[in-house]
Amino acid sequence: MIKTENNKAWFLVLPVFALVAFSAIIPLMTVVNYSVQDVFDAHTRYFVGTEWFTKMLNDPALQSALLKQFGFSFTILLIEVPLGIGIALLMPKRGWSASLCLVLVSLPLLIPLNVVGTIWQIFTRGDIGLMGWTLREMGVSYNISRNAVDAWATIILMDVWHWTPLIALLCYSGLRAIPEAYYQAARIDRASRWAVFRHIQLPKLTNVLIIGVLLRFMDSFMIYAEPFVLTGGGPGSSTTFLSQWLTTMAVGQFDLGPAAAFSLIYFLIILAVSWVFYTAIMNSQKEK
Amino acid sequence: MAQITLKALAHSYERNPQSNGDYAIRRMDHVWEQGGAYALLGPSGCGKSTLLNIISGLLEPSDGEILFDGVKVNSLPPEERNIAQVFQFPVIYDTMTVFDNLAFPLRNMKVPEHKIQSKVHEVADILELTPLLKRKAKNLTADEKQKVSMGRGLVRDDVSAILFDEPLTVIDPQLKWKLRRKLKQIHEQFNLTMIYVTHDQLEAATFADKIAVMYEGQVVQFGSPHELFENPSHTFVGYFIGSPGMNFFEVTTSDSGFRYHDIEFPASRKLLQQIDDIGTDNIKLGIRPEFVHVWDNKNSEAFEVDVIDIEDLGTYHIMSFQFKDTVMKARLHEDQKIPTSKAWISFPEQWVKVYVNEFLVEVEGD
Repeated sequence: MIKTENNKAWFLVLPVFALVAFSAIIPLMTVVNYSVQDVFDAHTRYFVGTEWFTKMLNDPALQSALLKQFGFSFTILLIEVPLGIGIALLMPKRGWSASLCLVLVSLPLLIPLNVVGTIWQIFTRGDIGLMGWTLREMGVSYNISRNAVDAWATIILMDVWHWTPLIALLCYSGLRAIPEAYYQAARIDRASRWAVFRHIQLPKLTNVLIIGVLLRFMDSFMIYAEPFVLTGGGPGSSTTFLSQWLTTMAVGQFDLGPAAAFSLIYFLIILAVSWVFYTAIMNSQKEK
Repeated sequence: MAQITLKALAHSYERNPQSNGDYAIRRMDHVWEQGGAYALLGPSGCGKSTLLNIISGLLEPSDGEILFDGVKVNSLPPEERNIAQVFQFPVIYDTMTVFDNLAFPLRNMKVPEHKIQSKVHEVADILELTPLLKRKAKNLTADEKQKVSMGRGLVRDDVSAILFDEPLTVIDPQLKWKLRRKLKQIHEQFNLTMIYVTHDQLEAATFADKIAVMYEGQVVQFGSPHELFENPSHTFVGYFIGSPGMNFFEVTTSDSGFRYHDIEFPASRKLLQQIDDIGTDNIKLGIRPEFVHVWDNKNSEAFEVDVIDIEDLGTYHIMSFQFKDTVMKARLHEDQKIPTSKAWISFPEQWVKVYVNEFLVEVEGD
């Protein structure tokens, strides 16, 4: 057989390359372009190097927002992951009740983000909101527009309500994928309920949980619409998350340079944390 | 120690079973003796896995009783019966090492750690798992995993029966015989009752002393591989055991024997009377391809038949031929002359079996 030696096949990669260029590389390079310049108008701009990066990293307001952001993401992960696993374990396995449960559990996921914010905004109002009114009647002082702790608690509660179903559904599908023989073998081995969870269910859920945790981390780290509608970032700047800072900077004040620099830092943080998390999990599974 | 007795046992997955067809297991009585190596052989869907799950306690039978050493255990869960089960796909605890996998049932039973150590090492030695003890069970090959799942049954002192549900399905062919040998060795060493479910007759015959052939929810024959081959008690056994299966052709009775078109097979008056008493038209004669006599030349004893096909299977040939309106097969020896278009065959009398309503009929008191 005669084999033609050439590299023409590389041209077949072109469509994908073009697609990635348009969807990721070009927009990203625009941001990189802004982040190293000070733009006054269409004709006046100066190259500033890493100045915006230095400035952003040293901004105390942004530093505290970053800390807040981490605090928020880890808090909701700590609540949503165990809660989601718990719900998945409690859901019925078959029959009409299983279908009903699936629909009920997935409902919050179908609601648009800003509508979720609006729902909770009304829900927590002291005059007409079910939760706000009930708490007030019970004598609890609760006001999300004045008390930062109340605002935080409400946002966390809202996120848990909205996104725990995602973890629950992922875990539910993971649990359904475990062959019956595992449970039967465990019974024959006289394993306790806890041992079944610890040694069969949890290990089999690892993969879906990695996806779940990564998704929830990234999404919660970029949370915008819900707190924006619910509290508008207040009271003060207590619930102003990073994305809202960024929007104010870029769209509100038109500080394109600092905003671009900050976007990149933001992007790199998410990338780094996700990578560290993923690598850590993968390494822990390897043979010692 | 366990002798497992099935007393009038039946099982249906329906709530209100109406006919025989609603039963996965039809009413049966059966005894598995202590220390025996048994195979439960049958095609997919014949109820053999259902029966196995009833014995292990994963399923509660809807009718009848299951007794362990004479004690009714119908509603006892598997954890309270002295059995272990090995499943079709190896079940191992992914995150644990091989050692921890083997120690798992003992730890669940709160056995002291020093006893666990010695017991696990003893079993690992027998199963040749010792070099793997520190490895994570997840990274083992399929046959090693299957040995680990078997080992979890062997470590327990209280186990008196091990049930196998087609355990070699996912094992490479060249490793199958090795593992099968291991099973036999363990059986000899441990004095355990072993019941082995399979649809592979070769696997059943090499593993078991006695084979129960299941068909449509009932055990149609229980006997040694030899008996199943030479004296199938049901047409299904004849067809399922042996390769190719038994030849059958439908006949009618006459005054002096059986009639197949213009051919008469003589039979004793007693046998004909017995068949007459049953009163059915469903009468078949059966003969194994191995026992069909193929003559080299035409002679007065032989029937002339048309050869349809000759299959060369290496050490022997299988000849298909048209016997009136039935296609039958005969096995030719290596050194036998291979017929071309015509062949002369005869059926040695002692190998022609009579089946009435699909069950073997023999002269009583013979």
